Amino acid sequence: MTITAIAAPLLKYLVRLADDNLVLGQRLSEYIASAPEIEEDLAVANIGLDHIGVARHLFSYAAEVEGEGRTEDDFAFWRTEREFTNALLVEQPHEGFGELIARQFLFDAYQLELWEALSRSSDERLAGIAAKALKEARYHLRHTSSWVVRLGDGTDESHRRMQDAIGAMWRFTGELFEADDLDRQMADEGVGVDPTTLHQAWTATVDEILAEATLHRPDDPYQASGGRSGMHSEHLGHLLAEMQWMQRTYPGLQW
Amino acid sequence: METIAADDKVEPRDWMPDGYRKTLIRQIAQHAHSEIIGMQPEGNWITRAPTLMRKIILMAKVQDEAGHGLYLYSAAETLGVSRDELQHLLHIGKQKYSSIFNYPTLSWADIGAIGWLVDGAAIVNQIALQSTSYGPYARAMVRICKEESFHARQGYSILLALSRGSEAQRAMMQDAIDRWWWPSLMMFGPPDAESTHTEQSMKWKIKRVTNDELRQQFVDQTVPQGQHLGVTFPDPDLTYDEGTGHWMIGDIDWDEFWAVVKGDGRLSRERIAAKVHAWEEGAWVREAATAYAEKVSLRRTA
Amino acid sequence: MTYEVPEIPGEQTEDPTGHYEEHGWPLWEVFVRPKRGLNHSHAGSLHAPDAEAAVQNARDAYTRRAEGISVWVVPSTAIYASDDSEAMFEPFEDRPYRHPTFYDIPEEVGQM
Repeated sequence: MTITAIAAPLLKYLVRLADDNLVLGQRLSEYIASAPEIEEDLAVANIGLDHIGVARHLFSYAAEVEGEGRTEDDFAFWRTEREFTNALLVEQPHEGFGELIARQFLFDAYQLELWEALSRSSDERLAGIAAKALKEARYHLRHTSSWVVRLGDGTDESHRRMQDAIGAMWRFTGELFEADDLDRQMADEGVGVDPTTLHQAWTATVDEILAEATLHRPDDPYQASGGRSGMHSEHLGHLLAEMQWMQRTYPGLQW
Repeated sequence: METIAADDKVEPRDWMPDGYRKTLIRQIAQHAHSEIIGMQPEGNWITRAPTLMRKIILMAKVQDEAGHGLYLYSAAETLGVSRDELQHLLHIGKQKYSSIFNYPTLSWADIGAIGWLVDGAAIVNQIALQSTSYGPYARAMVRICKEESFHARQGYSILLALSRGSEAQRAMMQDAIDRWWWPSLMMFGPPDAESTHTEQSMKWKIKRVTNDELRQQFVDQTVPQGQHLGVTFPDPDLTYDEGTGHWMIGDIDWDEFWAVVKGDGRLSRERIAAKVHAWEEGAWVREAATAYAEKVSLRRTA
Repeated sequence: MTYEVPEIPGEQTEDPTGHYEEHGWPLWEVFVRPKRGLNHSHAGSLHAPDAEAAVQNARDAYTRRAEGISVWVVPSTAIYASDDSEAMFEPFEDRPYRHPTFYDIPEEVGQM
């Protein structure tokens, strides 16, 4: 049952995209009933549902590409943290609404560029998934950038908290724009996109919103890396332990 | 009240007796509080749902509950109270929520049991409430009813899967039913003979059907569903009465019921504490949003 | 009643006074157009700090099941309601000639 080797490039690529969305969706799903107002509970749940939805589409497609009869749940519940290839940004826990919004905003701005590029993928199926995900990403970005501005330019306290939150997440943004051999190969084939090409547009969006929010870019030059090759932070293990508990305790059953 | 006698709806700006207004506010508010607190026992299993499909369905259900709370607070606000004040009363224990949510969700099967039994019971009530006399409340109920049938089906479908599964899964299901059956019956409130407000609420057509009538309706519709699952209801006195065509239940332990209503339910304190915590943690966010809105409007007029 | 909470004899519950000090977000009324060709109609209300938040929240709260293609939000304080008393509306009840059913058109004349 355990998935060990994901070799084929397209398969690997799809799983990488899916992992980002699954892990982020799981993080958002932890937040239910914790939002500052009912309306925001609805909004965060929506965003979480969108991410898990995209993950499911990508895992299903990946399973077909693999052609061994596996399912989306096999990918989600039967790999260990060393086999997950999500970016470090999405597995970080968030201490409250400020960090949730900061992380989501920085990721939304990336997803906007990513899905826009992938909606032109030569792989029709991926292009279709990307087109739908792009609509959702636009809406997410609208939501989170409004909040970054409200909180950055709200009260002194919210300004300070938001600056700290952006600071806490900033060191995980660089990884989103790193390219490895897989990215380059996929880009060459017209299937994927080279993440380095997304960085400029992302920077422009982020700088614009931070400025409007009266926030500044963090000074810390350090950027973490390693998620794409399974070198995660300690947080992912706990997230997966919780998520995978039922399947691992009762293997091989229908739910 | 002629409007009520004619089965017309009472609308927000109509005159209404003080008692009618107060009863409505209390009932709608407590209904809203129940939806919001109800997010917690189910939310408890979102991160551990056994498949991605079950996870998103559960998330959507819990999200719906937040939405239902929203619609109901909106209806209450048409009576001239603020949502903030109602919530404040909940936080200090001066307004309550249905005590069904003071039981813990100990296994995945509990999520199925809640959808099937608790939402099932709520639907029986809610359908009756669609014809309640107060317009905004009735309209909120129509909207809620449309969304609610998904909830009951979601729960039943979880149990169906368990019923067709392994011995461990069937045992998990039976254990959950053992713990949730009687509390679901208690959701309909005390027996008619002991229900102090039923008579007045019926006269005002806020309440359309009595506690016992609703409870019987629920039992009659639910027992056959349980038989299909192959569960044993934890009631040795449960028998079918050929004469009346009803399922007769054993005696409900009303001592437990009143104890839980009074706040001795296993999780009464935790539920409110979690709610209050979320509210307090969010204070800086709400204040910031208000401050920003003021800045924007000042800039516009400058 | 759904989620009815019975009163405990001797227990102190409180009713809202209506004089609670408000720091909350203002109330907005939400109108949804279900599909092209139809009017926006009132769907409910919600609290939001500003119009942008209100319109986003309205989309999340009132169109989750594809119930709408367009949403309007209006601060509740901006709604000016009619006086629903009989004095305002009763005169119209005395003018049945405004209704098509008042007239007896012979069938052979066709649809009118």
